[in-house]
Amino acid sequence: MPFYRNIAAKIALLPMIVISLTVFVGCIIYSFVYSLTNSKLVPVMNYVGFDQYERLFKQRKWDVAVENIFIYGFVFTIGCLIIGFLLSVLIDQKIRGESLFRTIFLYPYAMSFVVTGLVWKWVLNPTFGLENSMHMWGMTWFELDWLVNRDLAIYAVCIAAVWQGAGFVMVLMLAGLRGIDEDIWKSLSIEGVAKWKSYIFVILPMLRPMVVTAIVLIAAGVVKVYDLILALTSGGPGYATTTPAMYVMENFFSRANLGQAFAASIIMFISVVCILAPWAFYEFYLRNKYANN
Amino acid sequence: MSIYLKKGRKIMKKIFSILLTIFIPLSFTNVSKAGSHMEAEVIHWWTSGGEQAAISEFAKAWEDMGNTWIDTAITGGDNARGTTVNRIIGGNPPTAAQFNVSKQFVDLVEQGLLQSLEEVASAEGWRDFIYPPELIETCEFEGEFYCVPVNIHSWQWMWINNDVYNQVGLPVPQTFEEFLAGAPKIQEAGIIPLALGGQGWQESGMFDVVASSIMGFPLMQSIYRDKDLDAFRDGRFESVLNTYRELNQFTDEGSPGRLWNDTTAMVIEGKAAMQVMGDWARGEFAVAGQKAMVDYSCVIPGKEKYVALGGDVFVFPKNDDPKVKDAQLAMASMMVNPTVQAKFNNAKGSLPMRLDVDTSAADACMQMGLDLIQNPDAIMRESDDWNTPAFTAAWGDIISEFRNDPNYTVAQVMDDLEGVLTSGL
Repeated sequence: MPFYRNIAAKIALLPMIVISLTVFVGCIIYSFVYSLTNSKLVPVMNYVGFDQYERLFKQRKWDVAVENIFIYGFVFTIGCLIIGFLLSVLIDQKIRGESLFRTIFLYPYAMSFVVTGLVWKWVLNPTFGLENSMHMWGMTWFELDWLVNRDLAIYAVCIAAVWQGAGFVMVLMLAGLRGIDEDIWKSLSIEGVAKWKSYIFVILPMLRPMVVTAIVLIAAGVVKVYDLILALTSGGPGYATTTPAMYVMENFFSRANLGQAFAASIIMFISVVCILAPWAFYEFYLRNKYANN
Repeated sequence: MSIYLKKGRKIMKKIFSILLTIFIPLSFTNVSKAGSHMEAEVIHWWTSGGEQAAISEFAKAWEDMGNTWIDTAITGGDNARGTTVNRIIGGNPPTAAQFNVSKQFVDLVEQGLLQSLEEVASAEGWRDFIYPPELIETCEFEGEFYCVPVNIHSWQWMWINNDVYNQVGLPVPQTFEEFLAGAPKIQEAGIIPLALGGQGWQESGMFDVVASSIMGFPLMQSIYRDKDLDAFRDGRFESVLNTYRELNQFTDEGSPGRLWNDTTAMVIEGKAAMQVMGDWARGEFAVAGQKAMVDYSCVIPGKEKYVALGGDVFVFPKNDDPKVKDAQLAMASMMVNPTVQAKFNNAKGSLPMRLDVDTSAADACMQMGLDLIQNPDAIMRESDDWNTPAFTAAWGDIISEFRNDPNYTVAQVMDDLEGVLTSGL
């Protein structure tokens, strides 16, 4: 490709490229360098090798955080995709009051994670939330202690997150569904394919770009999840719902342990790269290459 | 061409005049600052009702001196301290900033980022009147003062609803053992025996109260300060862990994440019998119109009673502007002034940092603290006086996890705590 092609566009992109390189790459290098020091409250150049990483991997809390991010990432992504797709299919059935339902389902997405967190905190709180209401209505067998149960609390977080994110996936999918050619539906009905089968085996593969977009957007949200958990559980009970991002923030601000925070953020960065790089390489490079050939 | 030039000149003139209107007043305010009038921005985290009342006593005293007080209140100690550090490093430091009596600001001193207050401290003889002398240790680095202690807060209190104990026919407990003995009976009456907010700082705060009350301050000191592993392993620390676990059987399931003042409200309303919390809880009882020793009891648990030396200090970040230094020294001197101290601490509910302060407004609980602090043997230090925030936080994580995970055995906790003790954090 000649260098001068689209030169105007390239010039327009230049500031963004410069900012990305200096801010992102620069900060990553800065973080890595200081993760090799024992900086506490302020960054100091006091080289200690990989001690911070060693300490990090000995932390029970870090293990819990990593486990949580995998559970959260898996449940949240899958949950959003399934529920979002189902909702969009249901809305696609030419129902009455479509725009009303669309608004209702998308509405949670317009809220900040902090609001979502607080709402679910009150709903799921056993002493004055849903459980308490059910008890007062005489259903004393009803139990909903997810939020205070250390094994289930992370799933309570997932519920709140899916509640917020599913509507967004629904809208993306719905846009895709509306783009499906009427003729495909006609030929499917002539062939006599059951409706659910046509959705899963014919339509869904055609929605691939939508699914990819949804996954990318959701995945970006997974890694940086912080405010939702802070509002919902503050990482508790104990530190059962803590995440790597929370671990980093804690060490940065309240614990005056900069070296450790830098080490944890570098590990976060490396794992994101390890997970995303092969997939992104396939999705955005190899596939195009094959498609073009 | 000349038209364009003219236009350009006109625009330049306009821009210039706009710049002038912006900068001339600015330079004038700089000039006016040079007089006796001083301006000071103070970062603190006192945002609740009682706390606001307290900090405005400082502000009032400062303004009565003919100065301007710029209030930067930031919710949450962590956030406020984070902002302070960021602004110092970013080159835009506040005039004064709040920290706790602890090692939180040691790094700032070591990096030479704080203003020495030695000038005013030696002129006014701070070393003679600051009491207890442990507070001087907190602020003194290489013979110079770098912070102003403003109050003393102690964690060592059980707050007890008297009605609940009357109702079940038990005397108000004076130790954790007595409390545990009576707890099942309270539970049978449908009342939560122990109100505890399940946040890390509340859980580890209560743990330290249990620890000092059961094993005494000297042992605590050899573990927390000297990191003496023999003392740590001699069995008494394990009994503290066991007692702590027993106590936690008597909390309610709504505990995780509950705020301390919501938890205090449960004791006030009689839904719960007892809360372990610092003396700032007294403000909540006062606001609810309850009387010390009549409606509620405050008990320092244990046979040997201690009052812990927590509290707040103000530090003054270095600034190139000599005027700022004048303001900082003037404010430091104002904060230790006995009249200001009396007003401030009465509003805050904390103990003053000098003995010659008028405390006639103190209630029964505060009086208990005042009596106790005059005895040097009853003064107790806290872990964060000796240890970095990273250490106390790592320690607190384990305590919090121990409280919340019933499968986390005492033996495992002992090993993990030993790991923190030897980590060199």
